[in-house]
Order: sequence, then C-alpha cells, then structure tokens
Amino acid sequence: MPDTILELHGLDAHYGDFQALYGIDLHVTEGEVLAIIGSNGAGKTTMMRSISGLLSNRRDQIRYRGGAIGSLRADEVALKGIALVPEGRQLFPSLSVEENLLIGGQVGRQGHWDLKTLYDLFPILEERRNVPSTSLSGGQQQMVAIGRALMSNPDLILFDEISLGLAPVIIKDIYAALPGIISQGMSAVIVEQDISKALSVSSRVYCLQEGRVSLEGASDTVSREEISRAYFGID
Amino acid sequence: MDWINALVQGILLGGLYALFAAGLSLIFGVMRLVNIAHGDLIVLAAFLGLTVTTATGMHPLLALIVVVPLMAALGYALQRGLLNQTLGDDILPPLLVTFGLSVILQNGLLEIYSADPQKLNAGGLETASVPVAGLSLGVLPLLTFAIAVLVIWGLQWTFYHTPLGRSFRAVSDNQDIAQLMGINRRHVFGLAMALALGVTAIAGILLGIRTSFDPSIGGGRLIFGFEAVIIGGLGNLWGTLAGGVILGVAQTIGAKIDPGWQILAGHIVFLLILAVRPNGLFPRISA
Amino acid sequence: MIVNGYTVTRATPAARVAAMLGAITLALLVAAPWWAGRADLRQLGELFLYLSLASLWNLMAGYAGLVSVGQQAYVGFGGYMLFALTMFAGFQPVVAIAAAGLLGALISVPVAALIFRLRGAYFAIGTWVIAEVFRLSFAQVSALGGGSGSSLPVGIVKSLAASRQGREWLSYWLALGAAVLVILVVHLFLRSRRGLALTAIRDNELAAGSLGIDIWRTKFAVYVLTAALTSIIGALIFLQKLRISPDAAFSVNDWTAFVIFIVVIGGIGTIEGPIIGTLIFFALRETLADLGTIYLMVLGAVAILVMLKAPRGVWGFIRDRYDLNLFPLGYRVSRTDNKEP
Repeated sequence: MPDTILELHGLDAHYGDFQALYGIDLHVTEGEVLAIIGSNGAGKTTMMRSISGLLSNRRDQIRYRGGAIGSLRADEVALKGIALVPEGRQLFPSLSVEENLLIGGQVGRQGHWDLKTLYDLFPILEERRNVPSTSLSGGQQQMVAIGRALMSNPDLILFDEISLGLAPVIIKDIYAALPGIISQGMSAVIVEQDISKALSVSSRVYCLQEGRVSLEGASDTVSREEISRAYFGID
Repeated sequence: MDWINALVQGILLGGLYALFAAGLSLIFGVMRLVNIAHGDLIVLAAFLGLTVTTATGMHPLLALIVVVPLMAALGYALQRGLLNQTLGDDILPPLLVTFGLSVILQNGLLEIYSADPQKLNAGGLETASVPVAGLSLGVLPLLTFAIAVLVIWGLQWTFYHTPLGRSFRAVSDNQDIAQLMGINRRHVFGLAMALALGVTAIAGILLGIRTSFDPSIGGGRLIFGFEAVIIGGLGNLWGTLAGGVILGVAQTIGAKIDPGWQILAGHIVFLLILAVRPNGLFPRISA
Repeated sequence: MIVNGYTVTRATPAARVAAMLGAITLALLVAAPWWAGRADLRQLGELFLYLSLASLWNLMAGYAGLVSVGQQAYVGFGGYMLFALTMFAGFQPVVAIAAAGLLGALISVPVAALIFRLRGAYFAIGTWVIAEVFRLSFAQVSALGGGSGSSLPVGIVKSLAASRQGREWLSYWLALGAAVLVILVVHLFLRSRRGLALTAIRDNELAAGSLGIDIWRTKFAVYVLTAALTSIIGALIFLQKLRISPDAAFSVNDWTAFVIFIVVIGGIGTIEGPIIGTLIFFALRETLADLGTIYLMVLGAVAILVMLKAPRGVWGFIRDRYDLNLFPLGYRVSRTDNKEP
C-alpha cells in the first residue's frame, strides 16, 4: 500500500468568530489525485489556505510526510514541497509572464520542471514570455498560474477551483494537460465545482458540506445519489 | 547668467534631494510603509560618517564603505525587530512607531554628539570646481548628482533585473501569494529596508560634506525627500529624481529672489504641484 | 427606554459616578487660585492646555483617522494671531483669542482642500509641510519680529487685568475653561450624527462609504473644528508665555510630539485616554525632566511599546479590565429582569 503524503486530523479553521471548518479528517496517498467537491461556502478554499499555510492552524492538525506542518507559514510550507494554484489565478501584475514563472522557481527545489520543460508543455507562454501577465487571456493566465506552481517542483500540488471563470474549451485543454503535469510523480488535490470533471481525473473524492466531510469514496464507484446527498445535504 | 547659474545649481542640488527620497520611495513601493524617522536616519548616517572619519582619518567618501553596510545592517535589524510588527491595514502603528523612533534617534544623537553643528571634512573636494560653458560648477554637487543618477539607475536595475527585485515587486503586488512562492515577506521587507538605509547612508555622507548638520535637522530632510517623492509621483524612481530636481531648482531660484525664501519657495512649489497634479507629475502606483 | 424586556441606556453607573466626581473636581479646580500656589497654578494651566491639544489630536487621529504631525501649525498660528490682533488691530486679548479660533478655521479650509489629496501616512507628512510653511512665512513678517519673534507689549498685558495676580488667575481660568470647552465639544461632536459617522469610518471605511456616509465631508469638518480649537489653545499658550518666535510657536516637539505621546500612552480613540495620558505625562515630567534628552527617549520608547503591545493605551487596558466607560457615546442594551407581557 502506498504511503500517505498528507493527513488532516480534525482540522478546524476560523475567520475571526466565524468557524469555516469543523474537524476535517482527510488523507492523500503518494502519487494519487484527490478531488474535493462541494458547493460555495462549503470550506474548500479555506482547506486549501490551511494546507498551504496561508491560514495558521494547530501544529498537529496537518501532517505532511509525517511532520506536523499546521502552524508553519506559507513560505515554509512551500519549501517543503507543497504548491498551490490559487483560486482566480492571482498572477503578479507587476511581473512579466516569464518573471511569474521564475518567481515560482525561486523556492529552489530541483526536479523535472524548469523554464524549458514548462515551455514545452505550454508553448504559447514562451511566445508571450515578455508581456505583462495582465495582458494574457484567462486560459493563458491559468497556464502561468499552473506553471508558476510547477516551477517549484512540488511533491504535492493543490489546484483551487481550477476551471472557475474559464471558457469550456479552455477547461478542456487544461484538463487534457493535467495527466502530463501530474505524471511526474506528484500527488495532487483538485478542488472543483464541476463534479464530473473532478471524478474523471481523480482516484478518490471527498465532498465538503458546511465545513464538514459529507462523503468520501473512490471516484469510479460513488453514485450520483450519494453525491447529490452529500453536496446539497438533501435526504 | 546669475539665473542660469541658480538653475544649474538647483538641478545639482536636486540630486541630493533625490537621494533623500529614494529610500522613502523604495520602502513605500515594497511595503507601503512611510517612515517618519527617515530624515533622522539620514542625519544618523552623517554622524556615523563623522565618527568614522575622526576615528580613522579616512576621507568621508571612503567612509562610505563602513557606513553603508552599517546602516544597511541597522535597516535589516530595525525592520525585522520592530517595523514588521507594525505592518497591517491600520496606518496608525507604523506612523506612530516611526514617529517615536524619530524622537529617540534625534535625542540619542543629541545625547552623544551634542547640539553643536558638525561637518565632514572632505578637503579640496569641497571647494573644487570646473568651468562649464561660462559657469563654475562645484565638483561636489556634480559628483552628488552623478551618484544620485547612479543610485537610482542601480535601484531600478535591482527592481527589474534581479531575483531580489522580483521578490520586491511580487510582495508589493500580493503578500499572500508571494508567501506561496516560498518568499518570506518579513525577510524581504528587511532586505528592502537594508537597501533603503544603504542609500540613506550615501545621502547622509554627501549631506555632511555639503553643509553643516546637527541632530535637529532630520525633520527637514524627511520633508524634502517626501516632497520629491510626491512631486515625481509615487512608485516611480526616475520621477523621484525629477521631483528632487524641481524642488532643488525651486529652492535656488527662491533664494536668488530673497535668501529668506529658499526653503519656503520649495514648499510652495510642492503645494502648487499638489494642487494641480495631486498624483505627482509621473505617477505609477496609487497610494 | 425598555423594549421587549431589554433596557437601552447611554449612562452607565460608572459614568454617573464619574460625572459627580468630575463636577466636584471641576469646582475644586475653579477654586484653585485660592488654594494652590503660584507655581502650581501655572503648572495646572499648562496641563489644561496640553490636555486640550491632546483631546483635539485624538479626535483627529483616533476617531477620524487623520494622523497629523503638523498641528503645531495651528498652535503657532493662534499664538501669532493673538499677538497680531492685539498689537495691530487693538483687540482686547480675550476677544483676540476667540478671533484667532475663527481665523484658524478660515485658514484651515484651503489647507484641508490641499492636503486631503494626500492619503494616509503621506497626509501626516503633508501636515508637517504646512506647519513649516506657516513657520517660514511668519519668520518673514518683520512687524512680528521676523525670525527672532516679539514680546507682547506691556500695555496689552495690562489690559487683561491690572494686577499681576489678576492676570495669572484669569489666564488660569481661561486655560481651564478651554479644556472644559474642548472636552465638551469633542464629546458632543462624537455623540452627534457626524460623530457616529466617524466611528463608522474608523471601524470600516468601505462599509461606511457604502452606507452613503460622506467620508470626505465628515473628515473635513473634523479638520476645521480641530484647527479652530487648536488655534484658540495656541493663543492661550502664548498668552501665558507673553513671548512668541517662529521656532517656539511652530515647534514639532512641543506641540505635536508630546501630544502624540500623551494620546498614545493614555489610549488613542478614547475620550478618557488623553486625560490619563496628560496626567501620566506631567507626573513623568516632574520626576524625569532633569534627564532632559533621556526623558524624551524614554517617552518615545514607552509610546512605541504601548503602540505595539497595548494599542488602546493605559485607558484601553483599564476599560477592558473593568468595563468602565466614563464618557458614554453609544447606547448599551441590557436584559431587564421584570417580566412584562
């Protein structure tokens, strides 16, 4: 049985007085693609922010390769090999396309991904390497955001709302590229609103509802009914 | 000819003001911090130069190799030890903490060096001049201006052509996402302040060679630097140089009209520009 | 007011006790000339003026978010107006003081229009530029002694009261009256619609803006109001000193640094803070003033420490601990026990 790379143990998260996550238990095994689904406000993004260190949690609530990382800062988490492709892409507007990629590489982890391999994956980015990142289309921006995360050669990559706000044809392209991205021995967590897309690329799926895990199962065996019950909370 | 002379002297003086301003502009650009103690740090650098030159007999310009790293180290320590704790959405903590720092620095200098005016002795450099097109230009003001251009070019290059500059811009754009790239913003802010105070050290030494200084003049230097930044437009280093030049020219022309009007003329030009172009002449980022 | 079993009150028991104690203290202070020595009277007068400056700065920085390091502009302006109006326009000094307030308000309007273009921290330095412009301008007025300043002519001093004691008493009462006036005005302003708008701005500028509160106008009103009152205080300060010069009138240390330290240490954004801060400031000054520059360094360090560790100052600390509120601004809701249908 493959090793566990990431574990959440009773993860709670708060924004001031508002509690967004209630005791989430979850694990990601080495090399797998895990999908997280759930409606708006279910706590998916909060979970991503917690894992990546943008939200601080209790040390033991998040373990990565056996070490407690719950209270680490985001830059420390990044150095350990976890990268986040944030919701809404969030490129650096003052940086050119290539600089956005380079800054991802500044983490200094060696591996398969560098400017060359990345431009092989997304040739359009090489063409547009010197333009400001703000002048790209939404799909190209998503490529930069993915590339920026890959440049740090992470062992675990988190995609938050990977297809939100993109045209269907672009989403198709991005999903077509995903296997090539993940095949390099990486584990991945994909947060996605589009359930069938999420199920098609993942081996297992978790559904969040109002800050709690409402369903956990293998992507190819969970039924439609189970999902809609977990998703909407309807019995 | 007198007027042309005043104009040229003003332009050269602008180089010094641009050096006062560059550090302010840099830290505002990276972390939106306005450092009220900036002027006092310039004066501190001048006094450090005084100590180094009197202790070793070094030429003040040579003393830069001691004072610049010293100020840079102080900047890093100050940022990480104190100023990082003030950063956030509320503008009060950074303002009031740097204000307190200003008072501490000023009175600390008063305690150590007394209120007597001091000067850095640069020997023949202070009076040397070269004739250019019928004008006699001081070597020191020319050198100061050249250094200012060089420093601003260097900062610009650092910002746009080095990994450090990339980090500066990334942190300035979005601190959270920059953290995701493995950038420790506290460290990056420390480096930005170190760089800013390194430039401040150069400004302080050149100030000390040019005129006499005492612990009380920090506020005035802060204001000149601030005016140059606002005239030039926030976030634009070359604009800051232009702002310094405009301020310098306003002052020398004002002094030409009436010696008592030198500083006042600079302030009035600043207020006029603020009235007409509130974002400065060459704005790049909004506050 | 009782609504559905809840009582809505403004006054708290502590506030009622404080009001009583306040009235007694005020009566004692009014009678101070009969029980305090000359030096104490002077000291108290100075304390009231600092208390006023601190309350005004607090209104701007603590409530309106206008952090000024240039309030010395209006202290000096008020002082110079007192001298100019009495010397050249023949005003009676007390009338001149009131007129100085009016002129301070007038001149603050164009000033505000200019420096309100600067945001946040840059606004602060902008206020300093204005103070410097005032200082350098008054230094150019040779009729007022230029850079070396001038003294209030004996005739004008005598017009205040014939005897020296009479003058000292009058200037003490004027200072006390000014402090009471300032605290009252600040308190009433904060209780007014505009004042509530201010608190809304402080708590969340975006939200307040979306509620349709005209932020700019409210801040503008605060700026002009404080300018007027600060000018009056400035006139009173230089009525006590009887001598004015540009450097003394527009001193950033005397009229802004001390005031900021008082407010920060006492508790910014509270009405009680400046009062506590002023008391602490004068107590510290009595014990540490001999240390000179070290005293200022200590003050600066304490202010930094307070700002970082207890941003609501000494008063904020006390209030959180004991839930006290001596100048209630808001209403409190509490459960009433009598069960009504």
